[in-house]
Amino acid sequence: MRKSFKLGTETPASRTPSEDERRWEDETLIPSLKKSPERKESFTTLSGVPINRLYTSADLAGLDYERELGDPGRYPYTRGIHETMYRGRLWTMRQFSGFGTPEDTNRRLHYLLEQGQTGLSIAFDLPTLMGYDSDHLLAEGEVGKCGVAVSSLADMETLVAGLPLEHVTTSMTINSPAAMIWAMYLVAAEKQGANWKKVSGTIQNDILKEYIAQKEYIFPPAPSMRLVVDTITFGAREVPHWNPISISGYHIREAGSTAVQELAFTLRDGIEYVEWVIRAGMAVDEFAPRLSFFFNSHNDLFEEVAKYRAARKVWARAMKERFGATNPRSWLCRFHTQTAGCSLTAQQPYNNVIRTTIQALAAVLGGTQSLHTNSLDEAWALPTEQAVTLALRTQQVLAHESGVANTADPLGGSYFVERLTLATERACYEYFDRIDALGGMVAAIERGFPQKEIHDAAYAYQKAVDRKEEIIVGVNDFVTEEKRPIELLVIDESVAARQREKLAKLRRERDNAWAKGALEALASAAASDQNLMPVILDCVRAYATLGEMCDVLRRVFGTYEEPAFR
Amino acid sequence: MTERPIRVLVAKPGLDGHDRGAKIVARALRDAGMEVIYSGLRQTPEQIAVAALQEDVDAVGISILSGAHNTIVPRILGLLRGQGQEHVLVVVGGIIPDEDIAELKKAGVAEVFQPGASMQQIVEFIRDHAKEPA
Repeated sequence: MRKSFKLGTETPASRTPSEDERRWEDETLIPSLKKSPERKESFTTLSGVPINRLYTSADLAGLDYERELGDPGRYPYTRGIHETMYRGRLWTMRQFSGFGTPEDTNRRLHYLLEQGQTGLSIAFDLPTLMGYDSDHLLAEGEVGKCGVAVSSLADMETLVAGLPLEHVTTSMTINSPAAMIWAMYLVAAEKQGANWKKVSGTIQNDILKEYIAQKEYIFPPAPSMRLVVDTITFGAREVPHWNPISISGYHIREAGSTAVQELAFTLRDGIEYVEWVIRAGMAVDEFAPRLSFFFNSHNDLFEEVAKYRAARKVWARAMKERFGATNPRSWLCRFHTQTAGCSLTAQQPYNNVIRTTIQALAAVLGGTQSLHTNSLDEAWALPTEQAVTLALRTQQVLAHESGVANTADPLGGSYFVERLTLATERACYEYFDRIDALGGMVAAIERGFPQKEIHDAAYAYQKAVDRKEEIIVGVNDFVTEEKRPIELLVIDESVAARQREKLAKLRRERDNAWAKGALEALASAAASDQNLMPVILDCVRAYATLGEMCDVLRRVFGTYEEPAFR
Repeated sequence: MTERPIRVLVAKPGLDGHDRGAKIVARALRDAGMEVIYSGLRQTPEQIAVAALQEDVDAVGISILSGAHNTIVPRILGLLRGQGQEHVLVVVGGIIPDEDIAELKKAGVAEVFQPGASMQQIVEFIRDHAKEPA
């Protein structure tokens, strides 16, 4: 018995086979199955969605093209946000990069631009992500390890030295202290003589997925959401080409979610931000065009493509119907994609090049606006220059040699992909209903709902790997004895020592009365309900450090501990 | 007389928030019949040692993915020794390069589980080696 999902928002149900299909099953399929049975009882996507043996035109009977798909550049944007897609302009090739001192990362950024990369993306180290300076006790052993250490405007100035900030777009993966790091970037741009009205880039600034998955949170949800709202409204007025948030499913997937959970939790996070900003008094069309998204791309190519197509459609509908946005730019789900770090294996690392290629292809077939391809050595360490160059070349081969960028939404109309897109959309709405019933995403997070859903999916997947129901080439099958064949990037403790020296000098030489006054102003602003961006910018100009600013806010806002894991 | 189940502290030191592995291992150990205490995120070596003593555990599993293991793990081992818990089995899991393993074992780590280790391997190792006389 063939099972399939009904179209649109109806419930999953089995479909009665047509005359033709029944004849095919009797005359062709059944004799063939007798001769050579299928490899498995049932087939599913990587996320466990059941997949039929075959999809036919009957699966799409009654599909309303205008309603469910629309041409590229037209609502509901299932087929892409631009009319010409990559025929007009290729996606932005944006490799995430950051390690060691600001000097080290500055050199890598210049190198990547010289290699033909078209946008920058900066990774910060764990102390920076947690709002601690490099000389804090808790920073010990972590400075410069997972990203670049940035403790003050001085570090930011070094990081972007020689980069034309009016012309290059920079994405910064920073969340809890996003307002402070963004302020540092804006002041560094100001000092270069760049006009904020022309400066463009992205801060991740997505605190909800930190509580859900990535877990680099500092403050409790309410004041954290206030910081997000302050940056969005400040950006809408002062830095109009900046994306003040990148609503991220990437980390949700890395924490072990299914594709549907990644999609649903991310878009529901987006809805939550929109609600909070509207409540703060800004009209939806004033800020919604600058909201951006960030998705993962895992190994199951068709599942990923269906996810991106469903994402555009669900978001467009939410903006238009749930929030009444009338500016078409508010309806667009513009997104960055990164290939799945969690799919990379430490064993046989060259296999990772193949995985990354498949994942990058999925992102391009899914219509991404920008893309990061992981390097083959990233199950072990941050990538070497050689490894990151190969990852960038992977994108360039896809763009210029494979032909996949020649037409918009090349998989549109595929019986399978359309059916999977509809099923993904339907499952996404089911999660929306459950989260709405819990009182919204902040309430759901406080009850541990998305966290538990993700953990259950991650555990189920790991059990399937242990039982070899899921095969990971080189890990639980096709295993070979090997000596690690690749060179790795090593960040030593001298980075921490250099950062500590620079901070000591900064604290000695800056105008300390100015810094102290600015921090006091931050404390009283935080206790009021005024927008915090202007006072944070003043602190940054006075060379108050990231840790000093975050300490002030820790005192006013308190800190967050997640619900206990049981 | 039934023997007390093996008690394990799954500890997450350092600033890193990647807890997928720690929580999966905690659940696998629990499903295997052990009593598991999960420390929660961002515990200092001191907090981990205090928890190990208070909970009277037989084993401590340290999950660390950030590259800070060479700084953090020896400190936890020193604190455990200092409070008379040298008998406690200490294992480490995470992104640990091959060349760091010998040094960690010299410091007293019983086993290091690198990426790709199965839950079964970890469960079996702890079952076989916890509560052994030091």
